[in-house]
Amino acid sequence: MDAIQKSLLAQIADLHEVPQGAYSLRINGNLYGKNDSENITVVKKEDKPGIDIYIKPGTKKESLHIPVILSQTGLKELVYNDFHIGEDCDVTIVAGCGIHNGGSEASEHSGIHAFYLGKGARVKYVEKHYGEGDGSGKNVMNPTTVAVLDENSYLEMETAQIKGVDSTRRKTEARLASGATLIVKEKIMTHGDQFAETDFTVDLDGEDCGAHVVSRSVAKDNSRQTFLSRVNGNNRCSGHTECDAIIMDDAQVTALPQIEANHVEASLIHEAAIGKIAGEQLIKLMTLGLTEKEAEEQIINGFLK
Amino acid sequence: MLEFKNVTYRTEDGKEILSDVSLQINDRFVAVTGPNGSGKSTMAKLIAGIYMPTSGKIYLDGEDITDLSITERARHGISFAFQQPVRFKGITVKDLISMAAGKKISVGEACAYLAEVGLCAKDYVNREVDASLSGGELKRIEIAMINARGTKLSVFDEPEAGIDLWSFNNLIQVFRNMHERTHGTILIISHQERILDIADKIVVVAGGKVAAYGEKSEILPELLNVQAGCRFTKEVRD
Repeated sequence: MDAIQKSLLAQIADLHEVPQGAYSLRINGNLYGKNDSENITVVKKEDKPGIDIYIKPGTKKESLHIPVILSQTGLKELVYNDFHIGEDCDVTIVAGCGIHNGGSEASEHSGIHAFYLGKGARVKYVEKHYGEGDGSGKNVMNPTTVAVLDENSYLEMETAQIKGVDSTRRKTEARLASGATLIVKEKIMTHGDQFAETDFTVDLDGEDCGAHVVSRSVAKDNSRQTFLSRVNGNNRCSGHTECDAIIMDDAQVTALPQIEANHVEASLIHEAAIGKIAGEQLIKLMTLGLTEKEAEEQIINGFLK
Repeated sequence: MLEFKNVTYRTEDGKEILSDVSLQINDRFVAVTGPNGSGKSTMAKLIAGIYMPTSGKIYLDGEDITDLSITERARHGISFAFQQPVRFKGITVKDLISMAAGKKISVGEACAYLAEVGLCAKDYVNREVDASLSGGELKRIEIAMINARGTKLSVFDEPEAGIDLWSFNNLIQVFRNMHERTHGTILIISHQERILDIADKIVVVAGGKVAAYGEKSEILPELLNVQAGCRFTKEVRD
């Protein structure tokens, strides 16, 4: 790994070296390295780029790292990662993609992740997207996530796109069986001429399943964001979707939350709020001695924390 | 140390809120009182730099601060507790107290400031200052921030507003302690007799003018004279 690649790895996964335990590290379109643990097996796909991950039933307190790094300009890749998570597991999966584009061509990573959670499994999935580079080439990331949650399983997804991603279309689809829970916490900041679209579809199929889909975003400069979310209550269930955006400068934000009840005991809520930073928030922090710019930074950092 | 010299403030639509106010405040604990709409809060906002006077000058320790921004005034040693504390998504109580102190503070230090205002620190230090906090809790956090700043002038705009009776008794104690310990000047805008009673001096504002300014022992009995009505506000009205 060179210095740029190491720095990207630190940005997206807080890693300074090849991680301990189970991992798969992909650099510039190739599998750079992988490791299995006793309970987690990483298998390279033969028919297409990507990996299959198998986590044994009952695996507790283990983590898996699957970072992706692109530092070669103009590289475009489509990767399929499938996660087969056994019954009653309790694991953390840390993913992320960092692009350094120093050239004039677009670099693009599209990851298609499929999660299959066994009965009673608990998964925390953390994903960071980050781009940098002084070239004119765009950094593009288009992640697709499919999650199938079996009975009483629990998936918490924390996704963050903080800086340097010029264009992103994020698509997430989830299907929940009885008693399953899905929590999505998404954070996005766009600046310059960036564009970000997130699109969630959640099917609450089982009895007493529930989902919270929460997106917080900040749109600066001339950037554009679109938030789409469809939560379908197909049984006795609860669903909540929320989009909360701060708009600045000449940015544009669209929020389209949609809830659909197909069962009399489906309880669904949607909330969407878009607004600039409240003047009184700025004034309060300025009375503490912060400049207007420092106050703005603190408010945004807190909002996206 | 704080001086208003012929300060007039008119709103954008020309309504005069304060008219040619001149006032010198040198005492440790001064309460500003008066009827609703008399211009008290405007006075506080003029001190903090949130409003700029239409004419006149404001001095702090002899220095003309009239044209200084909110940030500059804060850095000159002015603190301002809002009547309606502001909520922030994602910013914790500890973050705000750190910003007020102007440095990173430990959990222990944050707890000390919270304990002073009667909040059990461990329940609050990592809480977000958002809609999950009650009005009374926010008010106390607002006061803890002023204490953390420890500036030479602290202005409180109606600290009792929105506080229930039980919290109010504690609030009085908080200000009593502050009176004992402060090395600077405390200026409190208040309608509450029990807060006025802690003050060294009282300013009565009515109809955009200073109707009276003097020792508590002179002013308070007159304010409480229910039968005759307050002479000061009456004089301004007449």
